[in-house]
Amino acid sequence: MSFVLLLQLVGEATGQTLLMLLLSTLCSLALGFPLGVLLCVTDPALGIAPRPLAHQLLTRLVNTLRSFPFIILMILLFPLARWLVGTSIGTVATVVPLAIAAAPFVARIIETALQEVDRGVIQAARAMGSSNWQIVRKVLLPEAWPALVSGITLTIINLIGYSAMAGAIGGGGLGDLAIRYGYQRFRPEVMAAAVLVILLLVELIQFIGSRLSAAFLSRR
Amino acid sequence: MRITLKNLSRTYSPPQQTRIQAVRAVSLDIPSGSIYGIIGKSGAGKSTLLRLLSLLEKPDAGALYYAEQRVDDLPPRELIARRRRNGLIFQNFCLFASRTARENIAYPLEICGRSRGAIQERTAELLELVGLAGRGDAPISALSGGQKQRVAIARALANEPAILFCDEATSALDPQTTRDILDLIRRIKQKMQLTVVLITHQMEVVRDICEYVAVLDNGSIVETGRVQDIFVRPQAQITRDFLAHLTAGPAAPRAGSFVRWSAEGGQYTLRFVGAQTGEPLMSELVRRYPVSFNIRAGGIQYLPEQDIGTLVTDLTGEPEAVAQAIEFLRNSGVIVEESV
Ligand SMILES: Nc1ncnc2c1ncn2[C@@H]1O[C@H](COP(=O)(O)OP(=O)(O)OP(=O)(O)O)[C@@H](O)[C@H]1O
Ligand SMILES: [Mg+2]
Repeated sequence: MSFVLLLQLVGEATGQTLLMLLLSTLCSLALGFPLGVLLCVTDPALGIAPRPLAHQLLTRLVNTLRSFPFIILMILLFPLARWLVGTSIGTVATVVPLAIAAAPFVARIIETALQEVDRGVIQAARAMGSSNWQIVRKVLLPEAWPALVSGITLTIINLIGYSAMAGAIGGGGLGDLAIRYGYQRFRPEVMAAAVLVILLLVELIQFIGSRLSAAFLSRR
Repeated sequence: MRITLKNLSRTYSPPQQTRIQAVRAVSLDIPSGSIYGIIGKSGAGKSTLLRLLSLLEKPDAGALYYAEQRVDDLPPRELIARRRRNGLIFQNFCLFASRTARENIAYPLEICGRSRGAIQERTAELLELVGLAGRGDAPISALSGGQKQRVAIARALANEPAILFCDEATSALDPQTTRDILDLIRRIKQKMQLTVVLITHQMEVVRDICEYVAVLDNGSIVETGRVQDIFVRPQAQITRDFLAHLTAGPAAPRAGSFVRWSAEGGQYTLRFVGAQTGEPLMSELVRRYPVSFNIRAGGIQYLPEQDIGTLVTDLTGEPEAVAQAIEFLRNSGVIVEESV
């Protein structure tokens, strides 16, 4: 295989992976972020707006979804993808199971980041007459911001792994490329190139995430 | 604003643990414009009581009044509005790490929906008031403990509260900074006509700033009164313990390391009020009666209105002589307490 062709293949797959990552990150945050905030806010132990029953239910839901093996969740969610985007194969269709699989993970990460916020500070905000919404928006989120950035970074890195798997069952991208060429057609150089790009992506995202988080912390 | 507590109680029932009666039927009358101290040991229920007073928690029983209005059963909307007119400061400051000093002070104004211009003006005023003009843009982590508490005070005052609640506000500070912060509280109390409720475990703080004090023990009030009177005639044992601690100070010998002259003779706490502080009463005592005394600890407390001298001593001699000596002291106006 010529170098140019290899570049072309890898380039195209990288584009697909990036698209998958971007969409699934946005969608999983859209689903998981509010869920994480709700988990934290309803927690009786934190006492912002304690709702023991709702908290229990949400925790169960998140735990159940989290304990599902991703590949099985994907297969179960194919019909949903077909219903939502009209097809169950292709890069965009893969985003549906990816986002749903990652959402409970995001929820937990967000919840953990928010739990780190000093309880005394939350209590002070409440004593000053903050509404629950003000506590979330003006206290919890800004105070937890560096931890949230770290958590989101971790989410994206996890999604790279997930998207590689998703690619293998019809989503395209680097994972798909590595398996089709490297495994099924015995083209180790393609597989090596795909893996290399994945590694670089992980490194790059981790680097940017750490830098951002540190930058927010250093301003305090 | 006058604060009245009628039989306030608060019980915690943590799951799988025994119930804790943190506050038991506490009744107090906190006069408007006063600095009212609530003193108690760790776990006495001080913070819980303050959470009830500042409307952070609802009591299980009893009633709470601000001026003449009952406030412990307000509906949510009014509760939030009411909280916005209270100021609160804490031992560990509880400032927002994500905000600068000025932005911290701006918070209570923001949640009330004040305009940008008004916030700018008010925060500048408050920074000036607490002596932090020029440090407004500092991140919280760059400030010293005393400066942090000043920011916290400014934040508490932003919405011109009628009441300032302080939960161990000086416990994390060194003695000099403690004095500075207490001075600041006294100054702003005058200026803004605040009622200050101050919780502490340090008698020094009560002595230096409070007009009234309530002693809390195991969730109940065991003694209340003007600080002046409590210092001169403490009734409850726990109050005496607080005063003894104050008298002894960290440098004085502890009671256990003391060598008695004889097995007989009790241990007495003598309190000299006002002018007596300067009289040679003890020399007079040994000249008149065949007794000896040994000083365990002593000191003078400078209260706003008069000084109180305290001497913890042993009197030894024939029981009759000791009794006469004590009689003499009492007749001279000294308050003699026999320690158990
Ligand atoms: N949220 C809570 N849940 C269960 N128990 C509590 C809670 N808050 C306080 N308590 C208990 O109530 C009692 C009084 O606590 P509180 O914090 O009011 O004491 P304190 O006088 O402020 O003590 P310290 O000087 O150590 O701050 C303690 O036994 C404490 O364990
Ligand atoms: Mg406390």
